[in-house]
Amino acid sequence: MSVKRLTPLSVLTYISLIIGAFISLLPLVTVLLASFKGVKEFGVSGALDLPNSWLYLDNYITAWTKAKMPLAFYNTAIILLFTLLGSVITGTMVAYVLNRFTFKGRGLIKGAFLLANLIPGVTMQVSTYQIMTSLGLVNSIPGIIILYTGTDIIAIYIFLQFFESIPRSLDEAAFIDGASYFTIFFKVLFPLIKPAIITVLILKGVATYKEYYLANLYLQSKTRYVTISTSLYTFTGEYGNQYNYICAGVMITILPALVAFLFLQRYIYSGIARGAVKE
Amino acid sequence: MVITFSLVPMALLVTFTYLPFLKMIQFSFYKMRYIGPRTFIGLKNYRDVFSRTDTIAALLNSFYYMGAGVIQLSLSLYFATILSFKVRGGNFFKATLFFPYLVCGIAMGFIFRYFYTRGMVLDSVLGLIGFDKASLPFWLRERSINNYSIAATSIWRYMGQSMVLFIGAIQSISPEFYEAAEIDGANRFQQFTHIILPMLKPIITLNVLLMVKGSFSAFEGPYVITNGMNGTATFVVLMHQLAHEAGKVGLASAMAIVLLAIILLGTITQKVIYRLIVGEKREAML
Repeated sequence: MSVKRLTPLSVLTYISLIIGAFISLLPLVTVLLASFKGVKEFGVSGALDLPNSWLYLDNYITAWTKAKMPLAFYNTAIILLFTLLGSVITGTMVAYVLNRFTFKGRGLIKGAFLLANLIPGVTMQVSTYQIMTSLGLVNSIPGIIILYTGTDIIAIYIFLQFFESIPRSLDEAAFIDGASYFTIFFKVLFPLIKPAIITVLILKGVATYKEYYLANLYLQSKTRYVTISTSLYTFTGEYGNQYNYICAGVMITILPALVAFLFLQRYIYSGIARGAVKE
Repeated sequence: MVITFSLVPMALLVTFTYLPFLKMIQFSFYKMRYIGPRTFIGLKNYRDVFSRTDTIAALLNSFYYMGAGVIQLSLSLYFATILSFKVRGGNFFKATLFFPYLVCGIAMGFIFRYFYTRGMVLDSVLGLIGFDKASLPFWLRERSINNYSIAATSIWRYMGQSMVLFIGAIQSISPEFYEAAEIDGANRFQQFTHIILPMLKPIITLNVLLMVKGSFSAFEGPYVITNGMNGTATFVVLMHQLAHEAGKVGLASAMAIVLLAIILLGTITQKVIYRLIVGEKREAML
């Protein structure tokens, strides 16, 4: 299965790959170029021209302060941490109970979780908005964390699948040895579902980091509750057409994703491959 | 045990999925805002969904995203097949094609507003390869082209994701199949049509159906790039605007219910098709 020599077919293959990569990179690289150009320079140079200086950082400094990036990074980190924690804890608990116990209404509960997966989250916000308001969860970081955790069906789905593959004889052996259900869950099963936890962390992490709609809808105070994904919102107003600032802002929001991607590439791929079967 | 472990998740599920769902059904029969008096108007909202020009136009916009979805899945299958074999720079290409998936929503909005702005990225590139810049359209403003422009961004964003998904599936095919095929003298293309395609049928079918459902609920692209202006509003963008900007919560709820009905219908079709193509066994929890 290896390419040994360049046949016409493999040349075509490479050409298609290069075109694909070019299209993938073009929107990002042109934004990078613009982010290093001053206002005047941006006005006179073409979108594909290189900047005069790669060390012109004024746009970054402006974007960093105007868009309240330090606060945005802090808020996003907090939201990510607790959402991931919450998703793993609630997801494993439900999956454990649904997979290992038989009780009245088990099918119903399982069905309820899986059915919820079909409903696109955005659609539900028409009425969820009212519930969030009456619970006092609008404009609150814990509020958005609860919402992100509570609408997370994918984690449960992945954990359910994973528990299926762990033989019950393992729990039974531990049970005979006198372990309680809690011990079995935390000491025996938890370490075994590590791959599933990584998958969930990756999928949920990516989704939460990228998520814009809910953050924008429920964290309305853009001065206090700004996140990385909503930070650029500042630029819709007075800076609406000043692409040199906007592009610097965009690069700042992309950077954490790029760093994470470079380090976690393998896990991200396998997470996507394993989890994305369900949207 | 059962209760302690499932209480919190169940409470969350009910509060954020089923309670809103029931409320939405209720809302859909009223003329109402979030605050203030409501009047019961029966099925009028539903009649409106199917008779207003904006809702119909938004529903029809789904087809742009379906078209883009077909291209996205075909391209991802093509690149997945190429990259599953040894290719020089394979990891670089895979990473490059995948990375757009990680760009967050509003950043994507700005990237493509800049990309499509008159005289900026796309115009410059087209100018370089010989197009007359003055004759190029306003990509996001002109109604004849803007939906194509936005739907194309969804290919850019999601192609890599489905590609990675397909690569995973292709790699789970036992290498023995290829070896046997090679001994039989099958070329690459034959290997693709006779081994990869049949083996991937379940996951391709699933993704096509998910794509169709996704097209009806297409949202983020038009929301962040044009905010649904100049006829680019999809069904969900319009629904959001009606609910949160125009204060027509009842009508928006009816739209949501209609959308859910479409998706549910799609899912039932999916189950039937899936059973026909794949057989019952692998269906499990889908």
